[in-house]
Amino acid sequence: MYEHDVIVVGAGGAGLRAAIAAHEAGADTAIVSKLHPVRSHTGAAEGGINAALREGDDWELHAYDTMKGSDYLADAPAAETLAQDAPEETIQLEHWGMPFSREEDGRVSQRPFGGLSFPRTTYAGAETGHHLLHVMYEQVVKRGIQVYDEWYVMNLATDDAADPNDRECHGVVAYDVQSGNVEGFKANGGVILATGGPGQAFDHTTNAVSCTGDGHAMAYRAGAPLEDMEFIQFHPTSLPSTGVLISEGVRGEGGILYNAKGERFMFEYGYANNSGELASRDVVARAELTEVNEGRGVNDEYVHLDMRHLGEERILDRLENILHLAEDFEGVDGLVEPMPVKPGQHYAMGGIDVDENGQTCINGLYAAGESACVSVHGGNRLGGNALPELIVFGKRAGRHAAGDDLGTAEIKTGYGDDVEDETETELPVQPGSAGLDTPGGVAADGGVTAEADGLLERAVEAERARVDHLMEKDDGVQHAQIRAKLQKAMTDYVNVFRTDEGIRKALRVIRECREEYQDVYVDDPSRTFNTDLQQTYETRNLIDVAETIALGALVRNEFRGAHWRQENQERDDENWLKHTLISWEDGDPNIFYRPVILEGEKTYEPKVRSY
Amino acid sequence: MRGTESPQQERLKEKEQGLAQEEAVDESDLEGETVHLKVFRYDPEVEGKQEPRFDDFYVPFEKGMTVLDAVMYARDEFDSSLTFRHSCRQAVCGSDAFFVNGKQQLGCKTQISELKQPVRIEPLPHQEVVKDLVVDMDHFYDQMHAVEPYFQQEELPDGDLEEQRQSRENREKVKMSTRCIWCAACMSSCNIAAGDNEYLGPAAINKAYRFAMDEREDDEIKEHRLRIVEQEHGVWRCQTQFSCTDVCPKDIPLTEHIQELKREAVKKNLKFW
Repeated sequence: MYEHDVIVVGAGGAGLRAAIAAHEAGADTAIVSKLHPVRSHTGAAEGGINAALREGDDWELHAYDTMKGSDYLADAPAAETLAQDAPEETIQLEHWGMPFSREEDGRVSQRPFGGLSFPRTTYAGAETGHHLLHVMYEQVVKRGIQVYDEWYVMNLATDDAADPNDRECHGVVAYDVQSGNVEGFKANGGVILATGGPGQAFDHTTNAVSCTGDGHAMAYRAGAPLEDMEFIQFHPTSLPSTGVLISEGVRGEGGILYNAKGERFMFEYGYANNSGELASRDVVARAELTEVNEGRGVNDEYVHLDMRHLGEERILDRLENILHLAEDFEGVDGLVEPMPVKPGQHYAMGGIDVDENGQTCINGLYAAGESACVSVHGGNRLGGNALPELIVFGKRAGRHAAGDDLGTAEIKTGYGDDVEDETETELPVQPGSAGLDTPGGVAADGGVTAEADGLLERAVEAERARVDHLMEKDDGVQHAQIRAKLQKAMTDYVNVFRTDEGIRKALRVIRECREEYQDVYVDDPSRTFNTDLQQTYETRNLIDVAETIALGALVRNEFRGAHWRQENQERDDENWLKHTLISWEDGDPNIFYRPVILEGEKTYEPKVRSY
Repeated sequence: MRGTESPQQERLKEKEQGLAQEEAVDESDLEGETVHLKVFRYDPEVEGKQEPRFDDFYVPFEKGMTVLDAVMYARDEFDSSLTFRHSCRQAVCGSDAFFVNGKQQLGCKTQISELKQPVRIEPLPHQEVVKDLVVDMDHFYDQMHAVEPYFQQEELPDGDLEEQRQSRENREKVKMSTRCIWCAACMSSCNIAAGDNEYLGPAAINKAYRFAMDEREDDEIKEHRLRIVEQEHGVWRCQTQFSCTDVCPKDIPLTEHIQELKREAVKKNLKFW
């Protein structure tokens, strides 16, 4: 058994920042990650970091843009904290040597991004995430923070007090991918989940293969609710054949979108008469698919993104990486021809329900980054707001877990007095694991059924038994089939345009996947680097997370931010200025709502959102 | 790569293009065809795999298919025990450097249509094989860590919101070196590293270059960095064979960076004489 004060699960931007902060606050800190840190998907972020650094800009404007971009479903204290802390955190990265792009006077460059009232996106070419990730890992190396890389966290060691608000997380159970050993990691101060997004629930995604919502699913099964999971961002410019991301920076620098008729449709068809290509991401993604659905798409599938007019010099200076991506993954030379693009799953606005200190309702359990929902992004995340979230809230979670006093949080978590139960929607099938047999405990588990004392050891034994079951079983279904079926259903039915009927179909498929998973087995008999076993675990997580996305999409019968519903194509502020929360109560998902907080230091009156 | 190509790189590119033309198969010829893969297999604890062998897989070709797509298909459809690292699928996580048809390349960035069949896929040479295409990366990470791979500048501008200044020229100077994704293709291709286990290797020296050339660090730390790379197993081991530069998937002019550090080290030493 390993023991530390703070255990950070995941080593992307949020995890590394949390670890540095916890270490600086004096905690014995360790990172446990299924990938070596530099492999994390933060490295694929391209565009930049929003921070009000310059004269003429201030945090109030950034907070206002964020609230408007969220379609008034972000919580004001979260958006304000982000906007207030982002400048200092961004400059901190510069002080750690991050190679930002520079102006003539040697200061860091900023550029316009969608939905921003000031060009405040601070960037390092079109590979900002790569540099952020590496710089932060360098700082982890400098401090000698312990990293357990290629250790896959399988479960949390949480007790099973009846009320999740009374539960406590004591550590994690992880397996060493290289040796196959399952071990316990005791966390005396706290466990911080920084496991990234659940993009692999969809089959056309910009997300890495490793983005499987592991933290989401583990926190959910331990009793922490997932919040606003229906809000999935589909990035308007992903390459059609692979889903590889083409940065919003292309449009920020002046790139133009054309349909098959060569029309600049953002203006010609009135999707965004003021901002055009730089409208918020949800607006542009819907516009592109509308063009395709109305017969004006190229090859009935995509539209064109043209940056040729920017000139070779500017492209090479600011967007060089885009040329490589277009060439390597689509065979297109962006200097001489327009690039094909279409919407691809990109980001989950929702996540594990936390407050602005990163705390879940479970004692000692934190989350930060894309896996968490503070909520900064509400119904739609602005481009350039993910990276500052990682560093601002990663740091806060790390400090709090290490014992620093950050003051009382204004945002509430968990099921409490302020929530309202969902009572209206009838579900097409039973969600969750209720009613399913659970051989080896494979399908259903909440917290570990045990007293706090010796709880971690018992959690380790439970996972060893699960591994034995999966590996000793000789036939059945393999995870890859289930995963492919799940991904297809989510992309077919819970995509940019959503209907009640489609979402119900998705829920039925998810139920089938869950039933098939009862019969899953791991064919690879080896304990050495058994990725078959790891992916089998991940697939279970994807099923649970996909189900919360579909459930949220079903109950929210309005159009807000990235969530569009055919039956009600209007934002419904009277009924829906509230977060969707789903908690796993012994395998039976419970849906409830919590009002959004639109008042912080400033007040954010919902307005018509036009760009 | 564009814009900042050195003469060496241009020559290499010409060479590569020549080779590619020789080997390239017209994509349209592959439509509806299967691709023949010969994949290295080894597992220390599974009977039949303890002796390394090659398995044949026949994968249906799709337009735009990469080596990574092909091995993922083989794994998901035929043999779930086929093991390799991969994550981002877009040449930034650096997980999937393999030895493909005799050259270190990222699986995700290498088009099947540009390769001769059967496509031989092996783990990176000169590194210990853990299983199938997975190699032990510990030695590579140790070498990276040995060059103190982190920014060291004690004196910072006053005020939390004041950044250090860096000229565009200096940022341009270090730009290519900052693109390294730690894939280890260069280390695997290097004859010197193969014969001298203590050699820092191209990636680690490039990392040292990234900081030594960054004007934000002061002269004292630059000297310290040069001392690290001019040790016995440092820059002087490089025999300018350009194999690292040849295989780097991010087109970093590694050999040039190593030579530049040699020159800097000489200049520094001359000062003392």
